Amino acid sequence: MSRENVLVSAAWSEENLQTPGVVFVEVDEDTSAYDGGHIPGAVRIDWKNELQDPVRRDFVDRSGFEALLSEKGISNDDTVVLYGGNNNWFAAYAYWYFKLYGHDAVKLLDGGRKKWELDGRPLDAEQVTRPATEFKAQEQDLSIRAFRDEVVDAIGAKNLVDVRSPDEFSGKLLAPAHLPQEAAQRGGHIPSAINVPWSKAANEDGTFKSDEELARIYADAGLDGARSTIAYCRIGERSSHTWFALHELLGHSDVKNYDGSWTEYGSLVGVPVETGTGKES
Amino acid sequence: MSGGCAAPEQGAPLTDAGDQVVVQGTVSAQGTPVGGAFVRLLDGSGEFTAEVVSSPRGDFRFFAAPGSWTVRALHRSGSGQAEVSASGPGVHTVEVAVSA
Repeated sequence: MSRENVLVSAAWSEENLQTPGVVFVEVDEDTSAYDGGHIPGAVRIDWKNELQDPVRRDFVDRSGFEALLSEKGISNDDTVVLYGGNNNWFAAYAYWYFKLYGHDAVKLLDGGRKKWELDGRPLDAEQVTRPATEFKAQEQDLSIRAFRDEVVDAIGAKNLVDVRSPDEFSGKLLAPAHLPQEAAQRGGHIPSAINVPWSKAANEDGTFKSDEELARIYADAGLDGARSTIAYCRIGERSSHTWFALHELLGHSDVKNYDGSWTEYGSLVGVPVETGTGKES
Repeated sequence: MSGGCAAPEQGAPLTDAGDQVVVQGTVSAQGTPVGGAFVRLLDGSGEFTAEVVSSPRGDFRFFAAPGSWTVRALHRSGSGQAEVSASGPGVHTVEVAVSA
């Protein structure tokens, strides 16, 4: 996998805002960000209200994903460029969804909204409507999605990469520090996991570090290149960012995102939990 | 439970933190509050912990843990940082000035 196939720069994006067949999509939890100003022509996907099942803790199903993209005016022939706030966390999450449902022509805007804003590039608040399409999704590609039993079996056998902050990894915090502390029943991490915070993969302006820097970061942290890898965080979006770095940028072949992540694992009865710094890098 | 990890809107400063360790303040440039700055909380070893976007009045807020923290702000107009020591539960205020 090469970087040009999965990432586009802010400069390229600004030059291609009008390019037919390229659809820009903003993915944020904070939808007021989009309303206040978005990349001209970009449509919005709300990760929570549109990508999650409203009742069960799971994704929208295949037909739901088809209906969503059809309504947004995204066709199977379009190249989708995803971007968002929070250093592209939710854009990376959506990227993983698109891949999960078999849409390969998807890219991340490197640096997301932050880089775009720091560059002083244009934003507008125009309402964007695109003609509806008939998007067809594939069955979920479960080679990139891990479930809890597989995670328990992976202890000591596969690379487990906990991408939360060191204080969440050790059990000191249960959620990122900009949120009230609430979530799983227990703090800590999955035994044998290494702690490589997602932020290690990003520069201060939100862009991804170079392939050489990324390779060194994960090697130094003890990631075994000969083993399969499962990445997790609290709810699966920061780990999508790391999944992107490992699978899409570095080209590691067997990397899964555990979307249940710590909110599921840390509430399971009977599974092993480790606290403290563990094998933290 | 809060829905996700995305940064919540940064509203008016908290006055009662309950049992939370709150680190909050404002970002300013030449004495004027700066909205839309990317404000990150770095732990005692300089490790990234969280990031929010300052409100139009320059406000930011983190729910942290006791310890020494660095608050660093990045804006189109420049950057800046400040240190804060949070001894325990309560509101810990820190002001950050950005400059080119």
